[in-house]
Amino acid sequence: MSWCDLTKGRRGRFSAPVLLAAVAASAPAFAGAPPGATACTGCHGPAALDTAIPSLDAHAAADIVDQMQAFRTGQRDATVMGRIAKGFSDEETRAIAEWLAQPEAARHAEP
Amino acid sequence: MPSRRAVLGVAAASVAAAAFPLPQLRAQARPRVVVIGGGFAGASCARALKQMDRDLAVTLVEPEAAYVACPFSNTVLAGLRGIEAQTFGYDGLGDVGLIRKRAVAVDAERGRVRLNDGTNIDYARLVLAPGIELNFDALPGYDAAAAEIMPHAWKAGPQTLLLRDQLAAIQDGGTVILSAPANPFRCPPGPYERASLIAHYLKTSKPRSKLIILDAKDAFSKQRLFEAAWQELYPGLIEWVPLSAGGQVTEVDAATRTFVTEFGSHKADVASVIPPQRAGAIAQVAGVADQTGWCPIDPVTFESQLRPGIHVIGDAAIGGAMPKSAFSANAQAKACAAAVAALLREREPTQPKLINTCYSLVAPDYGISIAGVYQPRDGLLAEVEGAGGTSPLDAAKEVRELEAAYAEDWFRTITSEVFG
Repeated sequence: MSWCDLTKGRRGRFSAPVLLAAVAASAPAFAGAPPGATACTGCHGPAALDTAIPSLDAHAAADIVDQMQAFRTGQRDATVMGRIAKGFSDEETRAIAEWLAQPEAARHAEP
Repeated sequence: MPSRRAVLGVAAASVAAAAFPLPQLRAQARPRVVVIGGGFAGASCARALKQMDRDLAVTLVEPEAAYVACPFSNTVLAGLRGIEAQTFGYDGLGDVGLIRKRAVAVDAERGRVRLNDGTNIDYARLVLAPGIELNFDALPGYDAAAAEIMPHAWKAGPQTLLLRDQLAAIQDGGTVILSAPANPFRCPPGPYERASLIAHYLKTSKPRSKLIILDAKDAFSKQRLFEAAWQELYPGLIEWVPLSAGGQVTEVDAATRTFVTEFGSHKADVASVIPPQRAGAIAQVAGVADQTGWCPIDPVTFESQLRPGIHVIGDAAIGGAMPKSAFSANAQAKACAAAVAALLREREPTQPKLINTCYSLVAPDYGISIAGVYQPRDGLLAEVEGAGGTSPLDAAKEVRELEAAYAEDWFRTITSEVFG
């Protein structure tokens, strides 16, 4: 079996399922980002950029969940975050927060 | 019935493969994803693909050495910043392979892209991010030559500088006219931000001048916010002519800078024509654009509904309620990259959830925004109900200032994410 077989999108042609399982087990974290999570970095950059939009670097998951809830209820003033937080359920918010709370490098594929 | 020895042999080989999967795989050809177009969508997707799966070979096909960004380019027209602040090279793309050629044809059956020098690249999956092309067929009198007199400046670069220089050259008391097309088009609030920042320039430099917007629509993005701000900041300076009042431009005459509408004609000292648009040329050639000129996609994977194995993202794609914005392009690119990485590993792609945030400047210290959250529903990207919307109409001055600051910092953040 070659990589080319994997790439044609033809299901059920594989002769070595064990090999495929091993590949799947090494799947990187970024590809497993929960729905909505990868959009956040369109506004929230690394702390080094030092912008008026706060970085999400080094925030604990529980803090991110709390802030999203405060945005959603209007408890915390916001420009756009109130409008965005309303689009995510508690469960989705928690999954995004846990993903964002990982070190930046861990969200990317292993080198 | 295989012999016992043969079965054992297969099992042993499988165990060996399981223990050392990556070196074996790396020794063989890696699946290649080709991305065409180095704007917000394409460059984002190429980078995200490498971040998601280092075993993919990712090739970005882009003929230009640098990208000139459209978001914020209206500030260049108003003399508020230089074009260099809008210009980004591709050195930050890391181990994405960059090919500085133009893609001219796609053979979807064989999975192959042909470049303008005659070479071919094979792909396992293709991502098209060609942005827009101006649909010169859709507006009589308007073509590439006319655009040198009545600039569209809807692709940033020389056109932006041409329009800026024309504005700098007009007399106080002159008339600036810009026309806006019917939906859909790149950057729905863009024409109105353009009008606002040109008005800011006129008010501060040539206060007896006037600006007219001829619009092929009766409503536009962030309309109430723009209109309230125009009343406050530029009273009497901007006149908006909607479709129902004869705003639709049916023909232009570049020689006299004249806009013809069903209700009459308007002659301008400076004329900016934002013409109807469609997906970039390669999308038409690849057969992923439908009769509207745009590319219908699957809302989960961004795979073309017309050609399997080809994904379309950014301004060229249509698939529901998401507007054609740089933020949408970047968010779609990352969702598409995740789907492509999953499909190449024979895994089920995750249902995405997408966000759009879009800021407009009405003045250098006056920003407004719109946001939305989207998810796949009935084959389209539909708005999540209860979320999204625009800045409040009654916001304090400090909020407008904050949104202007956020607008600028958003641009810094997203361009750093996209171009490195």
